[in-house]
Amino acid sequence: MKATNELILAIESSCDETSVAVVRDGQTILSNIIATQINSHKRFGGVVPEVASRHHVEAILVAAQDALDEAQVTYDDLQAVAVTVGPGLVGALLIGISAAKAISFAHSLPLIPVNHMAGHIYAARLVHELTYPLMALLVSGGHTELVYLRAPGEFEIIGDTRDDAAGEAYDKIGRVLGVPYPAGKTIDAMAHEGKDTFDFPRAMLQEDNLDFSFSGLKSAFINTVHHAEQKQEALLKNDLAASFQASVIDVLVGKTIKALQQYPVKQLVVAGGVAANQGLREQLAAHLAAAGLDQVEVIFPPLRLCGDNGAMIGAAAHVALQKHEPFADLTLNADPSLSFDYAETMLS
Amino acid sequence: MNILAIDTSSKPLSVAITADDQILSEVTLNKGFTHSQTLMPTIDDLLKLSQLTIKDIDGFAVAKGPGSYTGLRIGVTTAKTFAWTLHKPLFALSSLEVLARNIQQRSQLIVPLMDARRNNVFAGVYQWTLTNDNHLENVVSDRHISLTRLLAEIKELNEKAVFVGEIKPFMSQIFAELGHQAEFAATTANLPAAANLGLAAIDATPIKDIYNFTPSYLRLTEAEVNWQRNHKDEGHDPYVQEV
Ligand SMILES: [Zn+2]
Repeated sequence: MKATNELILAIESSCDETSVAVVRDGQTILSNIIATQINSHKRFGGVVPEVASRHHVEAILVAAQDALDEAQVTYDDLQAVAVTVGPGLVGALLIGISAAKAISFAHSLPLIPVNHMAGHIYAARLVHELTYPLMALLVSGGHTELVYLRAPGEFEIIGDTRDDAAGEAYDKIGRVLGVPYPAGKTIDAMAHEGKDTFDFPRAMLQEDNLDFSFSGLKSAFINTVHHAEQKQEALLKNDLAASFQASVIDVLVGKTIKALQQYPVKQLVVAGGVAANQGLREQLAAHLAAAGLDQVEVIFPPLRLCGDNGAMIGAAAHVALQKHEPFADLTLNADPSLSFDYAETMLS
Repeated sequence: MNILAIDTSSKPLSVAITADDQILSEVTLNKGFTHSQTLMPTIDDLLKLSQLTIKDIDGFAVAKGPGSYTGLRIGVTTAKTFAWTLHKPLFALSSLEVLARNIQQRSQLIVPLMDARRNNVFAGVYQWTLTNDNHLENVVSDRHISLTRLLAEIKELNEKAVFVGEIKPFMSQIFAELGHQAEFAATTANLPAAANLGLAAIDATPIKDIYNFTPSYLRLTEAEVNWQRNHKDEGHDPYVQEV
């Protein structure tokens, strides 16, 4: 195998995006086809797992064919097939896994099982060279985690949410504000038009750990809105959005800085759907400088690579291949609650 | 023509390889393992035991539903991916017809059914065509239906009917309603046999659009049913869209 020409076909179907990509050496995207189901789940105000699974069956081969066509590769050019095994919706994951197994079996290609969260982190590899040790702040609809990487492919969770994920909180308060699903982008925009006037709680910010909590903020937000409704007071929606977002970002930024102080690294990767948040990007840069951490290089993958996509799975698969991690066999199953290991200090 | 046939529409897994009108090999597993874990290893074993490779397969056949949603998706996705990636035809048969094909009686009605919970079933009515010995006619289309209503309709047809498939929990109800109009398949006939699927495929028309081929669930999801009460499902942007 020529190290400079390793091509991986990578499949992602863990939630509501069906995506297939061809990635060279874990860093060059030859194709990254993303079919989103947002128009469907918008109807229900959130992702309905059974509907998502059905859409994946419709979309998977179109995406795979388009990915191969756009990359102009044949199966003979490929070194491996990679697929997300978890975390995610079990029925959705199984579509990608079934397709990946059939392709790998039909063409005698090794099958690389990939942790979706490793994919989010390694999306950064597609735009930037990574140096270790490395810190990653993972924020998405399902996760809010600080992950420390001593070396490539060695993931340790050093901070985690105790309740809701940040993205989940956005969707829940979005419903209260009447913002259509998914709410993140709209609330981010509204926040830029408003002011932090409500001073919502910053949960766990003063505590001496690296964990997060967003359910208290969500409750405070909902109580404020209901209270005003009862008194027939009109609240400025943009100010509500700005106040909510300020609290989320303060906590994310505060905990990330604490983590960087405890675990010195050269680079910070901000990954996951919420990494697209403009407010987070601005605040993180400002606060790192203020905390004297401006030597830490912050990498935000471009917006298209922050959401779920196959290329990030291909990038993570490359790292697994380099580390000679074991391939999956034909019994490979979905692992909907797959997680990185927690750092020793968190278990004590 | 070598056909690899897959039925994952209910709890048992059945995989077979047929060559034209011959059965080369068949495995039916009924231990309750997940299809995701057992389907591909079974295909691998069956090919090895038959001294074939996947490249020797000329067409793929799958039980398209109704049945368990997750199971259907595993079988359909696997079969359609094989057909697509190896440029071979894909054949699909009703999973109820696959069950009906276990019944040899030529004159009776055949009623394959699957448990859809809360005394509902997936069921259809089939009958062998006397002029063509490989053709099973679908007398009443596959549906999701309450057992009570199904039995009332069968009674109306006033012909002997053989019940086959997941009949065990419903036998007393069926007998109470239909008496000796009803017959019951033997235990060996109540599990899907993928060989029947492979043998039927040689007379079937291949699926034209493999990309858009999806299982026949015969039921919308609850979320969609609720949404459709207050909305028209037309004139919208495509639900799945490349971006
Ligand atoms: Zn994700």
